[in-house]
Amino acid sequence: MTRSPSLPQSQSSIYLSLGLLIGSIILGGCLLLSILLGAADINPGTVWQALFQFDGSTDHLIIRTVRLPRAILAVLVGAALAVAGAITQGLTRNPLAAPDILGVNAGAALAMVLAVLMWGSGSLGFAFAGAAVTAAIVYWLGSMGRSGLTPIKLIIAGAALTTLLGSLTTGILILSQRTLEDIRFWLAGSLAGQDLANILPVLPYIAVGLASSLLLGRQLTLLALGEDVAQGLGLQSAWVKVAAAAVVVLLAGSAVALAGPIGFVGLVIPHVVRFGVGVDYRWILPYAMLAGGLFLSVADTAARLIIRPQELPVGIMTTVIGAPFFIYLARSRIKR
Amino acid sequence: MGIVLGALIFNISLGEYPVPPLEVAKTIFGLPANPDYAFVINTLRLPRALVALLVGMGLAVAGTISQAIARNPLAAPSILGINSGASLVAVVFLITFPDLPIAWLPVAAFLGAFGVALCLYWLAWNQGSSPVRLILIGIGLTALAGAFTSLMVTFGNIYDVSQALVWLTGSVYGRSWEHLWPLLPWLAIFLPLSLVLARDLDTLNLGDNLAQGLGSRVERIRSILLLCTVALAGASVATAGTIGFVGLMAPHLARQLVGPSHAGLIPVAALTGACIVELADLAGRLLFAPIELPCGVITAVIGAPYFLGLLYRNRNQ
Repeated sequence: MTRSPSLPQSQSSIYLSLGLLIGSIILGGCLLLSILLGAADINPGTVWQALFQFDGSTDHLIIRTVRLPRAILAVLVGAALAVAGAITQGLTRNPLAAPDILGVNAGAALAMVLAVLMWGSGSLGFAFAGAAVTAAIVYWLGSMGRSGLTPIKLIIAGAALTTLLGSLTTGILILSQRTLEDIRFWLAGSLAGQDLANILPVLPYIAVGLASSLLLGRQLTLLALGEDVAQGLGLQSAWVKVAAAAVVVLLAGSAVALAGPIGFVGLVIPHVVRFGVGVDYRWILPYAMLAGGLFLSVADTAARLIIRPQELPVGIMTTVIGAPFFIYLARSRIKR
Repeated sequence: MGIVLGALIFNISLGEYPVPPLEVAKTIFGLPANPDYAFVINTLRLPRALVALLVGMGLAVAGTISQAIARNPLAAPSILGINSGASLVAVVFLITFPDLPIAWLPVAAFLGAFGVALCLYWLAWNQGSSPVRLILIGIGLTALAGAFTSLMVTFGNIYDVSQALVWLTGSVYGRSWEHLWPLLPWLAIFLPLSLVLARDLDTLNLGDNLAQGLGSRVERIRSILLLCTVALAGASVATAGTIGFVGLMAPHLARQLVGPSHAGLIPVAALTGACIVELADLAGRLLFAPIELPCGVITAVIGAPYFLGLLYRNRNQ
C-alpha cells in the first residue's frame, strides 16, 4: 500500500479494508487446505459432507476430530500470538519485543507445569497468572535505572528470565516423571492432539483479548509517538498501558495454555504487517490477527507435509523461520 | 585451591552410599585405606568429580577470555550461543555416527562452537562490535541452534536420542574415565596457552588503538584467544553438555577476589568455575535424592538471577 500525499486518507482506508477482506478469504483458503492435506489426503467434497452431513465414516471422523480442531487452533493461536507481539512492540516501543522473547510465554509454561505438578491438572488461570507475574518482573527489570525502559535492557532481562524459567521447568519435569508424561507433548509447542472440547473453554478469552485489542489501536498509535507526545494529545497513558498489558497477558496466556510455547510468531508477524500497512495500529492489529493466523496455519500444514507421515513440531518450524529474522532485526535496528 | 580440593572430596564422599571424607582423601592419594570404598571411589565417584572439575575450569576460562575480547562483562559463551552451537553439532554427531568412538565428540563440538563464533564475528563485528549487538545476535543464534537440536532429537533413532538427551541436559551423570581422557588434552593445551596470553588480554582490554600502540599485534592475538575460548568451551560442552552461566559467574567472582589483571584472574576463575560445577553437581545429587537434578539446571537457577543482578548493578551505565 503506498501512502503518497495525493492519496486521500479515506481512499487508503478503502484499500486497507479491501486488503483485510482479501486476507480473510486467503485465510479461509488456508484453513480449508490445512484440513485437506495431511497424512491422509481428503477431497474437498468429503470435507463439506463431514461438516454438514456427518455419516461416521473414517474420513469424516478424521475431519471432525483431528483436522478441523487443529486448523482452528492454528488460526486462533497464531492470531493471539501475533496480536500480543504487536501490542508488546507498541507498548515498549521496541522492535525486538515479543511475549516469547521477554519470557512471558516461559512464565505461563512454568505456571502450567507447576499446576500439573501440584494438583494434577493445569487450568487456564495458572497460565494467566504466570504470564502476568513474568510480564511485571520483566517490565520492572527492563525499566530500572536512570535511563528508564530501554529496548536492550528489556531484551536481555527477558532472555535471562526465559533461561531461568526454562531451567526451573526442566528441573520440575526431571523430578516428577508423572508430570513429564502428562505434558511433554504440550511443552514442545505443538498443535497436535487437541480436540474441540479443549479449545472451547479458552475461546472466550482469546475472543475478548482480540476484540479489546482492536479498541486499543488508536491509543497505541499515539503511545508509539512517545509518552510525552501522547500525554500532550490527551492520552491517559498509564491506563492504556495497563489495559494493553492485560490484553497481552490474556492472549499470550491463552495461546500458551492451548499450544505450549510457540516462538517467534509474535516477533515476526507485526514487522511483516507494518511493512505493508505502515505505523497505524488501528490497521496493524487486525492485519496482524489475519497474518498470524495465516502464518501458523501454513507453518503447521508445512510441518505435517515436509516429512510425511511423520510431522515436525510447529514450534521448530516457526523458530527456524523467526530466529534469522530476529538476528536481521538486531543487526539493522540496533546501531549503537 | 584448598577449597576446590575440599569440594572435590566432599563431592566424592557424599551420596547414596556415604564414604567418610578422610577415607576419600586417603584413597585418592594412595595411602592405605579401607578397600571396601576403593571401588565406589575409583570407578564411580572420582572420574565424575574430576570431569566436573575440568569442565568447570574450561567453561570458566572460556568465559573469562570471551568477556575480555568482547570487552563486555555479560559476554559468556553460553549467552553468545557458542555452547548451543557446540551441542548442536555434537548431537548431530551422536545421532548420525553413533558408532564412532567418543573421543571424536570434542572435535565435533569444537567445530560447532567454531562455526557459531565465526557467524557471530561475521554478523556482529563492526570495527569493534557493539556489546549489545553481540549479545542480541548471540540470543538469536542460541534460539536457532536450539531449534535444530530439537529437530535432530525428534528424528533420530530412539536409542541414540535418549543418549543424546541425557547428555544435552548438562550433567556429569555417569561420566567415567572414558569421558575424562578425551577432555584432558584439550585443557592441557589451551589452559596454559591462555595463561601465557594473559598479558595480551590485559592490553586488549585497554582498547584496540592503545593495544596497538603498546606493540600488540591485535588481530593475531585476538584470533588465537578466540580459538582458545572456542576450544575450551567446545571440549567442555562435548563432555558434560550445556552447563550454563559458569562462564559468566566464575570470572566475576574471581574479579572480586583478585582484581582485573588476567595473569591472576585466569587461574582463580578456573578454580572458581571448578568449585561451582563441583558444588552444583553435589547439590543436584543431594537436594532431591534419590532423584538427581542435572547440574546444568542448578547452575542456571543460580546463574540467571546472578546475571539479572549484574544487569541491575550496571543499570545506570
